Amino acid sequence: MHCHLDAPANAVSVCRDAAQVAVAGRSIFKIYAIEEEQFVEKLNLRVGRKPSLNLSCADVVWHQMDENLLATAATNGVVVTWNLGRPSRNKQDQLFTEHKRTVNKVCFHPTEAHVLLSGSQDGFMKCFDLRRKDSVSTFSGQSESVRDVQFSIRDYFTFASTFENGNVQLWDIRRPDRCERMFTAHNGPVFCCDWHPEDRGWLATGGRDKMVKVWDMTTHRAKEMHCVQTIASVARVKWRPECRHHLATCSMMVDHNIYVWDVRRPFVPAAMFEEHRDVTTGIVWRHPHDPSFLLSGSKDSTLCQHLFRDASQPVERANPEGLCYGLFGDLAFAAKESLVAAESGRKPCAGDRRHTIFFKRKLDSAEPFSGLASSALSVFETEPGGGSMSWFVDTAERYALAGRPLAELCDHNAKVARELGRNQVAQTWTMLRIIYCSPGLVPSANLNHSVGKGSSCGLPLMNSFNLKDMASGLGSETRLDRSKGDTRSDTVLLDSSATLITNEDNEETEGSDVPADYLLGDVEGEEEELYPLDPEHVHPEEPEYVLPQEAFPLRHEIVDTPSGPEHLQEKADSPHVSGSEADVASLAPADSSFSLLSISHTLYDSRLPADFFSVLVCDMLRFYAEQGDVQMAVSVLIVLGERVRKDIDEQTQEHWYTSYIDLLQRFCLWNVSNQVVKLSTSRAVSCLNQASTTLHVNCSHCKRPMSSRGWVCDRCHRAASTCAVCHHVVKGLFVWCQGCSHGGHLQHVMKWLEGSSHCPAGCGHLCEYA
Amino acid sequence: MRLASAANEAYTASLAVSELLGCKQCGGGRGQDEELGIRIPRPLGHGPSRFIPEKEILQVGREDAQMHALFADSFAALGRLDNITLVMVFHPQYLESFLKTQHYLLQMDGPLPLHYRHYIGIMAAARHQCSYLVNLHVNDFLHVGGDPKWLNGLENAPQKLQNLGELNKVLAHRPWLITKEHIEVCSNVSDSFFEVEALMEKMKQLQECRDEEEASQEEMASRFEIEKRESMFVFSSDDEEVTPARDVSRHFEDTSYGYKDFSRHGMHVPTFRVQDYCWEDHGYSLVNRLYPDVGQLIDEKFHIAYNLTYNTMAMHKDVDTSMLRRAIWNYIHCMFGIRYDDYDYGEINQLLDRSFKVYIKTVVCTPEKVTKRMYDSFWRQFKHSEKVHVNLLLIEARMQAELLYALRAITRYMT
Repeated sequence: MHCHLDAPANAVSVCRDAAQVAVAGRSIFKIYAIEEEQFVEKLNLRVGRKPSLNLSCADVVWHQMDENLLATAATNGVVVTWNLGRPSRNKQDQLFTEHKRTVNKVCFHPTEAHVLLSGSQDGFMKCFDLRRKDSVSTFSGQSESVRDVQFSIRDYFTFASTFENGNVQLWDIRRPDRCERMFTAHNGPVFCCDWHPEDRGWLATGGRDKMVKVWDMTTHRAKEMHCVQTIASVARVKWRPECRHHLATCSMMVDHNIYVWDVRRPFVPAAMFEEHRDVTTGIVWRHPHDPSFLLSGSKDSTLCQHLFRDASQPVERANPEGLCYGLFGDLAFAAKESLVAAESGRKPCAGDRRHTIFFKRKLDSAEPFSGLASSALSVFETEPGGGSMSWFVDTAERYALAGRPLAELCDHNAKVARELGRNQVAQTWTMLRIIYCSPGLVPSANLNHSVGKGSSCGLPLMNSFNLKDMASGLGSETRLDRSKGDTRSDTVLLDSSATLITNEDNEETEGSDVPADYLLGDVEGEEEELYPLDPEHVHPEEPEYVLPQEAFPLRHEIVDTPSGPEHLQEKADSPHVSGSEADVASLAPADSSFSLLSISHTLYDSRLPADFFSVLVCDMLRFYAEQGDVQMAVSVLIVLGERVRKDIDEQTQEHWYTSYIDLLQRFCLWNVSNQVVKLSTSRAVSCLNQASTTLHVNCSHCKRPMSSRGWVCDRCHRAASTCAVCHHVVKGLFVWCQGCSHGGHLQHVMKWLEGSSHCPAGCGHLCEYA
Repeated sequence: MRLASAANEAYTASLAVSELLGCKQCGGGRGQDEELGIRIPRPLGHGPSRFIPEKEILQVGREDAQMHALFADSFAALGRLDNITLVMVFHPQYLESFLKTQHYLLQMDGPLPLHYRHYIGIMAAARHQCSYLVNLHVNDFLHVGGDPKWLNGLENAPQKLQNLGELNKVLAHRPWLITKEHIEVCSNVSDSFFEVEALMEKMKQLQECRDEEEASQEEMASRFEIEKRESMFVFSSDDEEVTPARDVSRHFEDTSYGYKDFSRHGMHVPTFRVQDYCWEDHGYSLVNRLYPDVGQLIDEKFHIAYNLTYNTMAMHKDVDTSMLRRAIWNYIHCMFGIRYDDYDYGEINQLLDRSFKVYIKTVVCTPEKVTKRMYDSFWRQFKHSEKVHVNLLLIEARMQAELLYALRAITRYMT
């Protein structure tokens, strides 16, 4: 229910009986009767010849004891009281012109009939006794403008005031000389405050910093109890009657809605009223004991009555979900119960195959927000040892990346992968070899093998699994591998399973397809191999690396680099960004070329230039990278070198390199990581092992740092370290015994120790070198 | 003009380009050089300011620790210690905030490419024929890789910037005419473009600042309307002819559009009520939303400028100057049609005498016309530092006035 006012409103206030509402603004001051279906204008208080600034209201308040008494705060600094009981048309009662600046707020004492308090831009608060002509006492905040003043509902003598500089002060009405307590509540102006109607000493404050804070003032120091983060500066805050933890807020800028918050749930409003088309300037609960009616005035010149049951509840539209990985690879997933129930209903097979997964479900007790937050928690645990990364370490150590002809490198790496049971990877290496090396060199057995696989297995995998879950892909691959002899039946089998997975992928949410994927593997009973390639286990941090490049608008620096646009282009083409349909489309050409390849090898020699495949190879690299197997991507990149490097943009390469190096270092594979750094062509990467290579040494005699040269001290002019064996200065690697601190050239000492275990210096120590 | 010459005085290498270009309009005393076909820059005065005697200004090397740190920061950020800094260091507290804001807007990450920012700076500065500032931004513009072709005129710049042209003009001279339609034109091209306003304002302010360079405070109320009406008669008689500034600037000047008195302007423009839209409550939130952190920086700067006081006035000590500062601030806003309900505009007449009003109005509305005579003729007993203080107040008040109008238009556009 709403009505149109003639002018924007600045504030609203209700009469004690909740039957009338006063609306005040720059050029409006009216009283409306609240009827069943509408507002009816009762009285226009702006009377008189010409508009005076005294009537330009910043605030209005209706006395809660006397239904004839109102007060307004004028923008020119005047406080006006109104007596509706006056017989004349002009109801203006008294005029206090003591403030020098705009009066931001007026407030009646909740129980005392004649006490009025005002807070002004000039930094002063004044207390008026309506039986007298001027103020009874003046309170100086000693800081900037006063934005709000509120009498405590529970403590007779106490009032709170808020200031533009972020402070909140507590005053005793009898002691104008100094405030009882002062603390900084917000960063920037505190626009409003409200005492809790029941809980004694609870004060809610709202500020320009977009926060609403609830303070407990009963303790020695004001204690922050709750903090609600809103999206815009908070102009008004009002506790909701009869609901201990609810409060209503509206904003001063940008946001026009009124929110009702449960302070214990500070991120999602409990209710939201979206009627106003411009900022809401005044809100008030209609009756102090009725939580369902809220009145509001707005700059859009309307007065509204909101019914709480009509409010939209953002909570209902939100899907509470949470996903988290445990230290040992366990996955916990919590979602709204209804969602989870619907999921499991749709997937009858999931219940049967849970050999490797423990599925726990428990209901959260929904205590604080009954009915709103009931959710189901699922925990997927991995078997001990299932998340082993030994394949990664083995691969990293055994791969050959350089120093031999390409064909040998590929064969070697294919062999390593096959021995570790990673057949798809092995297959890829073999394919690379075929593409980039002369076909005549391929052993025929190997060729047959690869053809059979290339046409039947590799492609369906890439297409239909949608690059999503390697585990499922591997499952079917393993199966293929076992029945290698019968290629045809494999293909049929694989096709059906692939279709199954594709469908599920389309229907299911990400969290819930985990059981389905494991299911496939379980059929084969080869759990061991399921886990290693699960991308989430391998590279939990992988998505974090990828996303920032795209999730944020490009800054100008990036635009400036010439490769910027191309980078974008490629990204857009990559499977990671596009939807599943696009993936299939972009990979479709790959399909044909693969089959072309296999035919050409078996029937006639391929004369296609290697460049012809570079698009395909790049797609393949990205495929692996998306899977989380940067190891493969980087290894291929290094092995192929110039052949593919130009087709993949620098940033992507760099990103793969850094991810892989990071992983290697986590597994303490320092040598491998250094080799990768060395072999990389990306400048940002290859400079990694150029950093902090300086070793600082102190002179063994004078203990001072040797700054200019590492082997002779500038101060004592002595060679710092001489070899105990040859008595020459050691300029390179120096090894010494930790027991007697004698040592020398690494080679010399090693040689010496072959013949004697005593110190070469002759100190008699039985040296031990680690 | 005056600034242009000030620029010439600064024989810094980084300014070489602008000096060579700018000296053309310095006028006088270079006949021979022209005969030879060589233009040699000549200092027209000494020290950072033409209005303040050099000996009144702090000598580099004699600054205290705080000032030294400021100089160091300024030098690190700009690669030079410019004249504005040397003049503003009369008020280190303000200078610090000023430099921080300037640095954030012009050099830090933001929604606009760096060369766009400097280009906007050129556009804004050219509105007041401030060749010093134009040159400064031209240098920076080229330095960050801007396309020199753009400098041949606005029509060579991208559409996005061209759309800003009209807004820039209105904002510089008659901000009360800004409507949400202006904002629409700009934002059609790009959503993130709102931010430009804030930036632009900033530039303008920079420009003012350079134009002022000197100024303060003194012993120091009728109605808003009277003041408003009177303010338009306050103009100096010495209206010296201004020659268009140097090459680049020329392309951006449209001398047909200038400040027109708020109230004399043909159509009726409603008075802007601060109580309905003010910086603290509304402007700040909007700016911070559009360009995070900038609101905070500008807010801080307004605060410092408005509250700065040493409780001195000429030779008197322990004086509460808040009333005078408020009068100056409100007088400027008055000229832009911004009204405070809670202010008695009669105070202005009591506190500000005519020569001071002439100065204020010239600096705020047509800074290119300020002369040394105007500067000298007001507040004769006051210290130069106090006059500089006044200029800081003028800069900030004008900037806030423009921001208020621009931000209100954006708010209206958004709702």
